Amino acid sequence: MNAAQGERRDIPAQSNHEALSALKAEGYNVLVDLTCVDYLPQGKSPRFDVIYRLMKFDLDGGNDLGRVEVHCSVDDKPVLRSVSDLWPIADWLEREVWDMFGVAFADRPDIKRLLMYEEFVGHALRKDYPIGKRQPLIGPKDGNLPMSPSFNILKPTIVGE
Amino acid sequence: MSERTQKTYLLNMGPQHPAMHGVVHLVLELEGERIVDTKVEIGYLHRAFEKHAESETWNNVVPWTDRLNYVSPLINNVGYAMAVETLAGITVPERGQYIRVIACEISRVTDHLTCVGASAMELGSLTVFLYLIKAREYLYQLVDQLTGARITTNFTRVGGVKGDLPADFAEKFRAVAAKVRECLRDSDALLTRNRIFMDRVEGTGVISKETAAAYGITGPFLRSTGVPYDVRRAHPYLVYDRFDFEIPVGSTGDNYDRYLVRMAEIEQSLRIVEQALAQIPDGKHSLEPAEIKYAYELEDMGKRGDTELISKYAAKVDQTLEGMGKDAAAGTRAPNRWATMPTKEQTYTNIEGLMNHFELVMWSWGIKIPPGQSYSAVEGGNGELGFHVVSDGTDGPYRVRCRPPCLYIMAALPQMLNGAQIADIIPTFGSVNMIAGELDR
Repeated sequence: MNAAQGERRDIPAQSNHEALSALKAEGYNVLVDLTCVDYLPQGKSPRFDVIYRLMKFDLDGGNDLGRVEVHCSVDDKPVLRSVSDLWPIADWLEREVWDMFGVAFADRPDIKRLLMYEEFVGHALRKDYPIGKRQPLIGPKDGNLPMSPSFNILKPTIVGE
Repeated sequence: MSERTQKTYLLNMGPQHPAMHGVVHLVLELEGERIVDTKVEIGYLHRAFEKHAESETWNNVVPWTDRLNYVSPLINNVGYAMAVETLAGITVPERGQYIRVIACEISRVTDHLTCVGASAMELGSLTVFLYLIKAREYLYQLVDQLTGARITTNFTRVGGVKGDLPADFAEKFRAVAAKVRECLRDSDALLTRNRIFMDRVEGTGVISKETAAAYGITGPFLRSTGVPYDVRRAHPYLVYDRFDFEIPVGSTGDNYDRYLVRMAEIEQSLRIVEQALAQIPDGKHSLEPAEIKYAYELEDMGKRGDTELISKYAAKVDQTLEGMGKDAAAGTRAPNRWATMPTKEQTYTNIEGLMNHFELVMWSWGIKIPPGQSYSAVEGGNGELGFHVVSDGTDGPYRVRCRPPCLYIMAALPQMLNGAQIADIIPTFGSVNMIAGELDR
């Protein structure tokens, strides 16, 4: 276990805000990262694992006093609550998690995509999103690849194709 | 009616704007020249790095990491390889670790030179830009000799690096370092006490250390506020604990401090490379593929009389235990310390190297990393560059998450711009050192 990873803790998704604010009160004052992993092909239920990575940061000495990796299991129903009131950076990171995985946040009903454009259909980092899928805005409309050989077609291990 | 009484107006800056390097869109709400509100729109350079990585083998992801922060690609290469090695429990030989440190620090210098040079140019100092880009070009040529490419380096492998240092690298670096320092001296003389430059950067783009921490900002940006946090110190990776270097910090967190911090860090990085070149031990720079032969092959060698070679190889006896030929490639496929690519010298000069290389890059034949997940962080040009890697035991990543350091700074950009003048956008945005390849992935 390397120190930058920190110890793993699993918390229930329904009380993520309470648990994370308790951790913040404990001294974990920096949200280092917020990301998600989709375990659909492994048959895990609920399928998503949302990971909050926190750091206990000593602002004067610039020391990292310990890290923790908080895992929440969710499906795509809006169960998690936003933590952007605890850490303002969570605003963008939650937008990215929504954009890429479609994990919704209960108190952010009109959340906006971060990296993709508004007309994008689907959530690109889900395991059932085919890597070669075409978007309606780009075409062709049926979503299939145009007839040109590419490495993406030759690869055998892509889920969903 | 409301439109008529509205005192503010909107201005779109970007996505393509001559004064902003990188493709980013700022929507500014202005009251005269004063910025009331800023919205940052990103994603124009999204290339699906994380999705693409899921359909690649472990080593084939390395070239795509070049394209993240393309002014310091070697740091990305090292960061990704370290995350995979942490998960696999592999340790790179010491010489390989030193070579990685040298590569990282050269990249850090090119990153800072680009940032300082480009922001100086946007503030009207084209001469400084030319000096610093000249210095960067010397370093790029050095990187070219080391990796074979100036920017698309693809230098690391899981378990090592592409190749050893080229001949006379230390002397070449000494010559380059002298030229870089000369360019830095010239630029310093032109900028650091320059009234026009200081009027633009002093006291603009100020951020407090509390705000910076709330936004998760790291790197030179955080250090300019006076917080000496550096991943190389906080979590010493590779062999960084063996070098004597300082962590320059600022005090007020304005654009001027960020300029000074970066200029000071260039010198510290050059010092680290000099120390690394002095300390670097001999030996292998990468782990090597298994030197294992089947027991029956050793028997054949004995019958042929090649007895002095037998002791060089480890015997592999599973043919009698599990059946002839079963899992014949276990030596190269097993998740053990042999999980590495042969060097180019091996691949191009002998059949074992070629076959090992070929097997390792074939689909579902490559190295297999044990299931699990790991996060590992390195100090990138802009701050903590983290890679969260998830493996399901196959020959490719199940998920790769890149923590891009400049995303955190871009999210905090409105905090620095609101209330300032339009002209302050240029130095503030310049000091962010936004690299769209890393921001949008």
